[in-house]
Amino acid sequence: MKLPLIGRFVPVMLSSMLLCTPVSAVEFHRHLDSLSLSTADHTKFKQLQKDFKSGPEVTRACLECHTEAARQVHRTKHWTWEVPMKDGKLLGKRHVVNNFCISVDGNEPRCTSCHVGYDWKDKSFDFTSQEHVDCLVCHDGTATYKKLPPGAGHPAYKDTKVEGKNWPKVDLGHVARNIKNPDRHNCGQCHFEGGGADAVKHGDLDNSMVHPSESLDVHMASGPGQLNMTCIDCHKTTGHQVPGSRYTPHASDAHGFDYPLPDDFPATCSSCHGLEPHRKNKKLNDHIARIACQTCHIPTIARERATKMWWDWSTAGRKDKDGREITRKDSTGLPVYVTKKGDFRWAKNVAPEYRWFNGNMNQITFMTTIDDRKVVQINHPDGKCEDNTSRIWPFKVHRGKQPYDTETKRFVKPKLFGPKGSGAYWSDFDWGKSIEVGMKNAGMPYSGKYGFVETEMYWPINHMVAPKEQALACSECHSRHGRLEQLCGIYLPGRDANPVVEIIGLIVVAGSVLGVSAHGAIRYFTNRNKGKGGHQ
Amino acid sequence: MRRVYLYARFQRFWHWMQAIIILGLLFTGLEVHGLFIGINYEDACNLHNALAFGLLGFILLAFFWYITTGDFRQYLTEGNLLEKIMLQVRYYMIGIFKNEPHPFKKNEISRLNPLQRITYLLLTLIGLPMQIVVGFIYYYFNELVAFGMPSSWLAPIAWLHTLLAYLLIGFVVMHVYMTTTGHTLTSNIKAMITGWEEVEE
Repeated sequence: MKLPLIGRFVPVMLSSMLLCTPVSAVEFHRHLDSLSLSTADHTKFKQLQKDFKSGPEVTRACLECHTEAARQVHRTKHWTWEVPMKDGKLLGKRHVVNNFCISVDGNEPRCTSCHVGYDWKDKSFDFTSQEHVDCLVCHDGTATYKKLPPGAGHPAYKDTKVEGKNWPKVDLGHVARNIKNPDRHNCGQCHFEGGGADAVKHGDLDNSMVHPSESLDVHMASGPGQLNMTCIDCHKTTGHQVPGSRYTPHASDAHGFDYPLPDDFPATCSSCHGLEPHRKNKKLNDHIARIACQTCHIPTIARERATKMWWDWSTAGRKDKDGREITRKDSTGLPVYVTKKGDFRWAKNVAPEYRWFNGNMNQITFMTTIDDRKVVQINHPDGKCEDNTSRIWPFKVHRGKQPYDTETKRFVKPKLFGPKGSGAYWSDFDWGKSIEVGMKNAGMPYSGKYGFVETEMYWPINHMVAPKEQALACSECHSRHGRLEQLCGIYLPGRDANPVVEIIGLIVVAGSVLGVSAHGAIRYFTNRNKGKGGHQ
Repeated sequence: MRRVYLYARFQRFWHWMQAIIILGLLFTGLEVHGLFIGINYEDACNLHNALAFGLLGFILLAFFWYITTGDFRQYLTEGNLLEKIMLQVRYYMIGIFKNEPHPFKKNEISRLNPLQRITYLLLTLIGLPMQIVVGFIYYYFNELVAFGMPSSWLAPIAWLHTLLAYLLIGFVVMHVYMTTTGHTLTSNIKAMITGWEEVEE
């Protein structure tokens, strides 16, 4: 136990005596050029001096030197899309329910455009194949390598047009000769575009983060003199294993600084900032035990681009009077109705919702029996105030309506993507058929009856950390009708009061004021009658 | 009519500093309690904490002064205290309206009436120390929880701190009103500023 007074005042006194200001964080992140980063210049490699015809051909060249790289990738959830949980549930993109595009099963060639592999078209994909690992999507240093949206993970090998958008042929040799450690645009290709397009899914991750301003993200700001940190500066990767997953989040890092002794959770704020990060106002450090850093330091999400807040599949399928698909857009050009997908609602600069969170996400699966009489929580953060490992965390809550089996009370996996006549909803617009085909493909029972149920899904917020000047003001929470109005379990000064105390207080204050007023008035009248102002 | 020197320089300085600090604490405290928006929450909270250290300092200084100068004797009473208090209470309830003289005369060795003695003694020895202790428990809550205090005490401590604050407002209101019951409406306040008061012979 430290001595609070000495611990607080002595350092301040000493530092003011020595007139030293804290060293700017930029000093610790010096600019690195290519020579300081790598012992190998890939433009000089003989294996790479050619025009590659396909992704796997590049991977074979990579593996000639990086012999174990593909086997490392095979162990990651970037490859398996499968995360076994301690409670026996099998999660990961391949298995979870979500309320965006619902399920990967049956829609592979579209969904797997974000897989770190090539050719995952259907269930027959070989997860042991080394040459099908996609090295370039993460290591492309040219920002020219893009995977085709419905390409099962392949980039454009010739100039291609998809949904009216041009996808120029990727020069694989050029990309292979200019590989780098992953930068923001590499991770962002999938993580900024989750849910099918920019800014849809997370709320705190979108393409504005490729070159963010300081006010958008103080760590990743890439202007002169700014920190210019990349994703892997916090998600410190070893052996291709990227730490920091929303399946196994770390809601409270009691270990603190990762120097000199690191823990297994490098992506937490306290790994770099320690457990007493506020130097000037000690009271703020008292908040850390119960409030995640993100709660105050990410005042709003989707600060530059609107994120999707509502997706109602139940209204999908409407066409205009000529039988053509409809796309309605709002004034900013964002779609609010698309025949294939239903109604959307978007929001910019969104205040997150706050919940107690101990790091465990309660996830439902396609095997869970749901209660369709109320809003179904696809996942929800576990935790409560009384439990000391829970902290108040910010979440983006994405809400919507999606199909479920009204008999078995389970969520269903509609086939969405596929050619006309395959039963795919986006081609045939028949829910019954698409669910039947999708469930059959997944090998799951389906009663034949479906309905739509409202759902909500929680996305923990970690990114878009604002400069400290923009952190939440105290009164955002310490007030009546503040951001934590609904969060129970803890006494919050400025929000809470004991009614008995308040009534006693009112009686005391009002009583004393009225009492002295009455006393004064009586004195005035009685003394006036005697014609005297004071006492003799 | 006679002029007596009742309040030494230190006493006047201490009184007014404590008055400013307590009013500041009440103002910032009520803002932190969410009753109004005055300066802003963060500044109110920081100012409140700084003033708390100030109040603690002044109270300790006052104890030191009273003990070393022997002036604490002003607060001691002889004989039946209750009877004397009731005399004073009767004066405020009845006598004052009939223009009766004060039951206890002020002079250099006895400037406080029995009701004042007991009130100020309770305030200085029990009320304010209790509020300060509760306040510091509130301020050092995390440290105390680390020492083993149950974290569920936060709300009761906050309630108690709030309750004592409301009682203190009641005291301040009555205290200010009482200053008008001297020889003239302002003679008590003047005395607390200059040290000199006109008292009944």
